[in-house]
Amino acid sequence: MSDKSHDPNQMTGAAMIVRALIDHGVTDIFGYPGGAVLPIYDEIFQQSEVQHILVRHEQGAGHAAEGYARSTGRPGVALVTSGPGATNMVTPLTDALMDSIPLVCISGQVPTHLIGNDAFQECDTVGITRPCTKHNWLVRDVNDLAKVLHEAFYVATTGRPGPVLVDVPKDVQFATGTYHPPRKSDVHRSYAPRVKGDATQIRKAVALLAGAKRPVIYSGGGVINSGPEATRLLRELVEVTGFPITSTLMGLGAYPASGKSWLGMLGMHGTYEANMTMHDCDVMLCVGARFDDRITGRVDAFSPGSKKIHIDIDPSSINKNIRVDVPIIGDCGNILGDILQVFKAEAKKPDIKAWWQQIAQWRARNSLYYRKSNDVILPQHAIQSLFEATRGRDTYITTEVGQHQMWAAQFYGFEEPHRWMTSGGLGTMGYGLPAAVGVQVAHPDSLVIDIAGDASVQMTMQEMSTAVQYELPIKIFILNNQYMGMVRQWQQLLHGNRLSHSYSEAMPDFVKLAEAYGGVGIQVHKPGDLDGAIQEMISVKRPVLFDCRVASLENCFPMIPSGKAHNEMLLPEQANDEATAKAFAGGKALV
Amino acid sequence: MNQPASAYFIEERHDPNETHTLSVLVQNEPGVLARVIGLFSGRGYNIESLTVSETESQKHLSRITIVTTGTPMVIEQIKHQLDRMIPVYRVVDMTLTKRSIERELAMVKVRGQGEHRVEALRLADAFRARVIDATTESFVFEITGNTEKINQFIDLMRPLGLVEVSRTGVAAIGRGPEGM
Ligand SMILES: Cc1ncc(C[n+]2csc(CCOP(=O)(O)OP(=O)(O)O)c2C)c(N)n1
Ligand SMILES: [Mg+2]
Repeated sequence: MSDKSHDPNQMTGAAMIVRALIDHGVTDIFGYPGGAVLPIYDEIFQQSEVQHILVRHEQGAGHAAEGYARSTGRPGVALVTSGPGATNMVTPLTDALMDSIPLVCISGQVPTHLIGNDAFQECDTVGITRPCTKHNWLVRDVNDLAKVLHEAFYVATTGRPGPVLVDVPKDVQFATGTYHPPRKSDVHRSYAPRVKGDATQIRKAVALLAGAKRPVIYSGGGVINSGPEATRLLRELVEVTGFPITSTLMGLGAYPASGKSWLGMLGMHGTYEANMTMHDCDVMLCVGARFDDRITGRVDAFSPGSKKIHIDIDPSSINKNIRVDVPIIGDCGNILGDILQVFKAEAKKPDIKAWWQQIAQWRARNSLYYRKSNDVILPQHAIQSLFEATRGRDTYITTEVGQHQMWAAQFYGFEEPHRWMTSGGLGTMGYGLPAAVGVQVAHPDSLVIDIAGDASVQMTMQEMSTAVQYELPIKIFILNNQYMGMVRQWQQLLHGNRLSHSYSEAMPDFVKLAEAYGGVGIQVHKPGDLDGAIQEMISVKRPVLFDCRVASLENCFPMIPSGKAHNEMLLPEQANDEATAKAFAGGKALV
Repeated sequence: MNQPASAYFIEERHDPNETHTLSVLVQNEPGVLARVIGLFSGRGYNIESLTVSETESQKHLSRITIVTTGTPMVIEQIKHQLDRMIPVYRVVDMTLTKRSIERELAMVKVRGQGEHRVEALRLADAFRARVIDATTESFVFEITGNTEKINQFIDLMRPLGLVEVSRTGVAAIGRGPEGM
């Protein structure tokens, strides 16, 4: 101890890190030790305020922190060592950047005097993670550490949220310096995200909404990120205006799936009614979404006749893909509040009965139709059964990436925000299992289910071991079609049915695998056994691998094919039988 | 057009390109230039010219001047993408203000004798280039001006024994009493 030990703010860099975590209200972090973070691990060992969850791979730490963040609205924290520890974080950081998830990653670095020497486990962490973080820092002086840590939390959680990384050389962790609690001056003066929307733009928006004949509200993950107030206001706006509402993959749950104005998800695998409503509308209100290419389809045919209002906290989202008429930059909760206020004071509910009648016709096409079977479990049916069995329970759903993810989005009805954790922007296979670990840490008594694919789940399967260690009763609900289904679907539709490397020849025995990890394995083949097996899964208070054997060649529809517009969707009845069969027969590609 | 099968929308855009000069005021801290350059390379934007130096040392502010080309929508994106970086204070599109002065400095080495040498000197004089180094068989000229003027001077020097050129890239500033 130094001679200044009487000053409680004098401490080592490693101690500052733990102290900063506590000051920011962090109770759980996910990490993996190594040489360059040993001083921090030593501090963690000597306290009990911050619980550390030891993962099995740093990517797992990152996704767990993401799941934690998404399900709580608070930042997720990951701690990794230098070199390979840091490079293993690149995927989750990129994932969090794409989906605007607040993540704080602390990485160890070789001592400052060795930086640049190709020292053991050295890598240019800030260089590697610069394009996949909202901001990052290399701290060379222990007296800068407190400021940087506080700024890191601030940057991660304000404006458009995102991942940040603080790289701390080992000598800085050992060195003693002065800590201070968070204060305003810790943040760059150049960083000041705009919260309040421009009043004239808000008036213009209200005028458009009030005059709409064929309106639609298209909401995204930004509403959920903005917090519970934004969700409440969005619901109120739908109520007050009587407008139909659809949402992106990321926005599911902001408006309840059981709500009468709900059209279902939009985009490539969205419902017919959602996409047709988008295509034919005359006024579109986009709240906290970003006109991603999976949403718009062909941009020059995207909703050609509409006036578009776009609310986003990130000015770079405006006019990036689609030109809009009324951009409003700021926090969606804030702006929705202002819009509602002006609307209620000055406008009345437009009469859009004819529009709703049109929508009813589109709905009647029943675009999520699939043929049930008594012999084999259809994946859609499995998700519907899971939904029915968990309805009304305190449930959180994560997913991997592939067909099962789209089916989950289509068939699982989300009533509340923060209940749906999926890798939207990056599409990271292997996200769901570690994300479920993170969600379960945040909500120990809730039911946490990863709707998984047989291929994806093998990418981060090792985190089963984490779940067992910490007694996290996550349920891994594998829709096992023995294929990389989504890849196969594209190969069938777009590559002449040449199924190049999309079949998994050697599938592990998931039941034995679960048991090997110390969890519980359940396998089901028959539709008649499904409900009972799901009940069994729910009642087990341990981690479960649920091997749900489903029809292996089922494809995910509806689908907007390549280069097509929203009104040119491929519906299941058009695609499933003949067209797909044709593709199987080596017939011409559909698209 | 025959496109490969893909579920991505491979479209060509035909908006005309424009050239814009952007002034970017940033916190001068490690990595800030790498961030700016990384943004351009990562998102496929063009850099025609890039000039950077600390301009207010007490406040640790640097001014980066970037000349870039793109469609109006891309230029708009570039500005927003720059502006949302944490250490960036301000981004000003000098081309849109229509009130900016742009200058570049070049040092131009020319080697030659006799007629060529005389002609090079004469042209340098016409362009108000200064001789900053001379030997019996060479000159180094220093010339300032906008990019076009410098290009023109270099073109003229080429047949007269141009050896090499070193140029600073564009610096820009607004006319009138206001700062950026
Ligand atoms: C890390 C990663 N690698 C590759 C891909 C490309 N990819 C998208 S879906 C998919 C197949 C997923 O298979 P599975 O998990 O079994 O899900 P299914 O589509 O069969 O439901 C692949 C390989 C990806 N999204 N992520
Ligand atoms: Mg599969």
